[in-house]
Amino acid sequence: MSARRRAAIVGVAESEVGKTPHLTVLSQQAIASRAALAEAGLDRDDVDALFVAGGWSWAPALALAEYLGLRPRYLDGTNIGGSSFEAHLGHAAAAIEAGRIDVALIAYGSTQRSDRTRNAPRPATLGEQFERPYGLPLPVGAYALAANRYLHQYGVTSEQLAEVAVNTREWARLNPNAYHRDPLTVDDVLASPMICEPLHKLDCCLVTDGGGAVVVAASDRWADVATRPVVVLGHGESTTHHTIANMPDLTVTGAARSGPAALGMAGVTHDDIDVLEIYDSFTITVLLTLESLGFCKPGEAGELVGGGRTAPGGALPMNTNGGGLSYTHPGMYGIFLLIEAARQLRGDYAATDPRRQVPGAELALVHGTGGVLSSTSTVVLGRG
Amino acid sequence: MVVPDAETKPFWDGIATGELRIQRCPACEKAVFYPRAVCPHCFDGEPIWIRAAGTGTVYSYTVAHRAFGEFAAQAPFTVALVDLDEGVRMMTRIVDARPGEVRIGARVRLEMTTLTPDGPQLPCFRLVEQA
Ligand SMILES: [Zn+2]
Repeated sequence: MSARRRAAIVGVAESEVGKTPHLTVLSQQAIASRAALAEAGLDRDDVDALFVAGGWSWAPALALAEYLGLRPRYLDGTNIGGSSFEAHLGHAAAAIEAGRIDVALIAYGSTQRSDRTRNAPRPATLGEQFERPYGLPLPVGAYALAANRYLHQYGVTSEQLAEVAVNTREWARLNPNAYHRDPLTVDDVLASPMICEPLHKLDCCLVTDGGGAVVVAASDRWADVATRPVVVLGHGESTTHHTIANMPDLTVTGAARSGPAALGMAGVTHDDIDVLEIYDSFTITVLLTLESLGFCKPGEAGELVGGGRTAPGGALPMNTNGGGLSYTHPGMYGIFLLIEAARQLRGDYAATDPRRQVPGAELALVHGTGGVLSSTSTVVLGRG
Repeated sequence: MVVPDAETKPFWDGIATGELRIQRCPACEKAVFYPRAVCPHCFDGEPIWIRAAGTGTVYSYTVAHRAFGEFAAQAPFTVALVDLDEGVRMMTRIVDARPGEVRIGARVRLEMTTLTPDGPQLPCFRLVEQA
């Protein structure tokens, strides 16, 4: 038994997404966690590690463990924004490979849409006292600053930003749970209200409720599970700044570090990747991420996504659930990227909706971005 | 809304008297902003306060068409990241600019002003008239 112990995603689930005033952040996570464990064919008491991120408690891992009736012996409350869950998966895989844990539960829940707390004023302390007094709405304003710099530096256009939203909507049209399923054109995006120049309303992610859970198991347990394992092949994470004024270069994200780290650990290259799940908080997030990951040269991501290349049937399938732009975005979206990647690699859609299934998907790159382009976490997943 | 602390009080005290204060590290001589106890560049020196000249260049900007709370009625307004000539970047408001007038690379100079009726004096900037 000298083979290296590996980690794999063995169960995934969403709770209810959209508008869920009848649920709480805790019930969201309990519903998703039970469903993900049921899919895996594992019991709650198989879980020995809990990974949670959220701003709804001073210690969300403790609050959720109590609510679920869990007594984990390994806790990780890493919160680096929307990319937290890719980080959690990397941390869980490391703990599994080190022999510290056997089954990890990663959970997230939000009632952001029902609460309408996203823009509630709070005092500006620490570094925020040098940004909040100027009235810039966040996070959108920070992404707009990056977008304007990017358009200026490379001559990329608002139309090219809009193509990200258009391609993503094409995927959402195939997802019965997507918030927006109507057809969308570049003109529609440009005609939507300007929020912060150059970002229009339809360049921005949704504000929804929702929850999700991912169950990760050590290879010793794969024989017991009910699903085809989705193996964690590589992981990397990074941070470049917290507040946008401290981002060293507004056109280069931490993906430039976390991407190569994840690909290198997996021993694969860009050309090997069959499906991309890239955090799309805003259209600009996707273009900057693709460039920083190295899928094209700086300034060329507009051409990379152009002509529907990332839409269904395109050469570079991306955000195949409809993304944060059209499917759902409950505050921190990263867990939904993992859920969709796992389903694509298992071939779940082949039977239910072949148009949504990326044919022959064996390798996925999942990339979370958190804060105001502040953190990144990249995971390479493979069909087991 | 702004809650100065022991580390940032000299900055806000300076603003109240019309002075934009940043820091410089005596060990590596690099400028530092926002204020810190230990230099983030060399992690050796303890930065000391200096007065910034109040001149800089627009690194990026956005025009906010939607804003919240006390800022809602001010939209549209221009928020920028300005590179001060001393070598640090700060967020600020560009005041008295006509729509479409602010450009990346434009030269700007300090203008202390308040943005809300009960708000603090803030280091804002205005475009420098080009000869
Ligand atoms: Zn120094």
